[in-house]
Amino acid sequence: MLEFPRWKVIGITLLLIFGILLAVPSMLPNKVVTAFPSWMPSERINLGLDLAGGSHIMLEADIDDVRKQRLDSMEKTIRTVLRGERGKSENIAIGGLSRANGKLAFMVRDATKVDEARDRLNDQTMGAGLSGERDWDIEVRDSTRIIMTPTEAGTRNFIDNAMEAARDIVDRRVNALGTREPTIVRQGDDRIVVQVPGLSDPQALKDLLGQTARLEFKMVELNANPEDLANGIAPVGSEIVPYPDNPTGEPVIAVKRQVLISGDQLVDAQQQFDQQDNVPVVSIRFDAQGSNIFARTTQQNVGKPFAMLLDGKVLSAPNINEPILGGQAQISGNFTVESANALAISLRSGSLPVKLKVVEERTVKPELGQDSIDKGALAAIIATMAVLIFMIVTYGRFGVYADAALIINILLILGIMALFNATLTLPGIAGFVLTIGAAVDANVLINERIREEVKRGRRPIDAVQVGYKEASRAIFDANITNVIAAALMFWFGTGPIKGFAVVLTIGIITSVFTAVTVSRMFVAGWLRSARPSKLVI
Amino acid sequence: MRLLKLVPDDTNIAFLKWRNVAMAIGVGMIVASLALTFVRGLNMGVDFVGGQSTRVEFSKPVDISDVRAKADAIGIGEATVQEFGSANEVLIRTPVPKGDEDSANTAADKLRAGILKAYPDAKVGSVDTVSGKVSGELLQTGALSLVLAMVAISIYIWFRFEWQFGAGALFALFHDVSLTFGFFALTQLEFNLNIVAALLTIIGYSLNDTIVVFDRIRENLKKYRKMDMTALLDLSVNETLARTVMTSLTMIIALVALLIWGPAVIFGFTAAMLLGLFVGTYSSVYMAAPWLIWLHVKSDSFVPVDSGTGTAERVTDDGARV
Repeated sequence: MLEFPRWKVIGITLLLIFGILLAVPSMLPNKVVTAFPSWMPSERINLGLDLAGGSHIMLEADIDDVRKQRLDSMEKTIRTVLRGERGKSENIAIGGLSRANGKLAFMVRDATKVDEARDRLNDQTMGAGLSGERDWDIEVRDSTRIIMTPTEAGTRNFIDNAMEAARDIVDRRVNALGTREPTIVRQGDDRIVVQVPGLSDPQALKDLLGQTARLEFKMVELNANPEDLANGIAPVGSEIVPYPDNPTGEPVIAVKRQVLISGDQLVDAQQQFDQQDNVPVVSIRFDAQGSNIFARTTQQNVGKPFAMLLDGKVLSAPNINEPILGGQAQISGNFTVESANALAISLRSGSLPVKLKVVEERTVKPELGQDSIDKGALAAIIATMAVLIFMIVTYGRFGVYADAALIINILLILGIMALFNATLTLPGIAGFVLTIGAAVDANVLINERIREEVKRGRRPIDAVQVGYKEASRAIFDANITNVIAAALMFWFGTGPIKGFAVVLTIGIITSVFTAVTVSRMFVAGWLRSARPSKLVI
Repeated sequence: MRLLKLVPDDTNIAFLKWRNVAMAIGVGMIVASLALTFVRGLNMGVDFVGGQSTRVEFSKPVDISDVRAKADAIGIGEATVQEFGSANEVLIRTPVPKGDEDSANTAADKLRAGILKAYPDAKVGSVDTVSGKVSGELLQTGALSLVLAMVAISIYIWFRFEWQFGAGALFALFHDVSLTFGFFALTQLEFNLNIVAALLTIIGYSLNDTIVVFDRIRENLKKYRKMDMTALLDLSVNETLARTVMTSLTMIIALVALLIWGPAVIFGFTAAMLLGLFVGTYSSVYMAAPWLIWLHVKSDSFVPVDSGTGTAERVTDDGARV
């Protein structure tokens, strides 16, 4: 038990020096660390958002929007597929296409063609998930009605694909704001977490992320009767959409259903000022195909108004004064410089495939975080000093060894955290201080046991030997339970609490090592050189 | 130098003599704590009920009711305002807006703007906004993790010791956790995610203590096979008493330092752990150990069948010299 061959002593010492060197950068200001020679470690402990300050925002896919999108696109599919292609497949006439309870239903006018219609639609559905389920269920009722029901598996599949794309778009938007080192990760099936250190007012960020940025140009329906409009009745082939800034005062407007051109065909968007009245606008440029379509449509519709819609709301509805041939256009609306800039960023980064809503926000001002660090550090220093003194007063020489082990332990925790780039959070600081109090427990167990063995009349070396051996079992069992608790904390916790669990776990492992192995090495060295005939403990 | 000895040598307190009284008090405390928790309720933070919690710092002390009136006037629901850390800092809590339970977005911005308008010198230190859905999930996983921790640790003890020890440990944990709930119901300190972490830590450390006592009981069971169970438990508790006192003291030192000088945000967290430390220490003796008597732990539970003779020798020797 007390045999320490030279190689073991050297091994342990090297390990300790390595661990302590790793801790050094985290305790010095950043400026000093960057000036280090390259052989020195320069990894520092990461500070969590609650210490560094910054914003944590959790976004969730809007499930209602997902359902609506799926119905929209299937409705479109039904119309195109059943209309057939000239020369290839014949037209199957349908009627009464409607939505109810999240399902699509329609009549096939010619009952003999129901099976054909069903087969054509079946080709359009896709497998979803591993169970062999399709993304839509197709059902024929009363031999003429077809009812299409979106399946849960299909919705999940849709969300999964959409979130993967959404993550990239969110990434582009956050980076466009010029924030430093944002983290953007998917969480669970339908969530994205955005963390931006140093950001203390996340309003602009949330506005940016809350915008789906689905840009569409549609012709204004000029034949709409104002009375029908007020009652929400649109002419055939048109729909009524909100228009908050309508100069006529009416908050809605009727537009054709057909989309002339959409944001998918943009290559660039910039915030600019209008040349005539100097108000903020967003200037956009279409790709080659988009430019052609835009040129053709504007040529055909000179003198008529068209509506620019963003996420289903009309921004403005200017008249087409002349054909626009260069593929460039200007979006006007009731913009401020900020909102125009945000829209330009959103359009450049592409539209989100699904609407996202903020379900959690946690923001801490950097000053407050620094205050927490200062107070936490003060508490840690006071706690350490008090425990160090207390141990010496109680155990004398053995207390000094326990204290040496404790100091090494503290440095090792910092070193290991820096090595793995672990994140220190506010509860993590609490865990750190608690570890200081708890780390000496192993030495207390050992020293109390040695006291007992001395009392029973054992010789010093025997007493120390038995003390370490008998106490080790209890130390092991007791620390396993703490690891179980910490593991569960890691599993359930959000960021800061995960940080607490990490510190606790690292602290448990290092404290067992320093308290049992390192302190034993010190004690063994002393026993060998001093050969005391009596132990004072 | 004379060393400090908090527990004199040869301490021999008949702890277990009072086990029935202590257990009655313990059960009474559990019932009272749970009753208090259900009747009075916990002051749940936004983590668990949703809503928004904003920490605002003013340049000079402010009148709490004045802040409350101004926050209410913003029209996002009834605000709860409390002093936080110092006289010129407050925590304002507002509920999730009606009809918008899934979103955490709008109310946050209104409150921030409204407060800054009413108090131009105010600084918003931190904002936590949690939607109803997310808070529901947090509450569920939090509760689940507490139950899992208790069960997992008890099973571990069952494997390492005997089932009676596991049962005793589980009861002691239940006692500790119940009393912590009672403490939060009584003081109405905010119950949030941090407190669940504190509870898990309490579970870990309370067990730490129980295991040290159990380990000594196991050792003594092997040594003194003829000894009366109550006497054996008393002996084990007395033998580990010095360690229990020492360790509890070093942890109390650390936690008190954190309570006094540490950041205000983790005050409740530290208070919970400090309480758990007291309760956990006492429960190892009175809530866990008596079960070993009542559940009839046999003195030969830990004696390996094949080495009977060797242990018998140690028994007569009183363990003093082997």
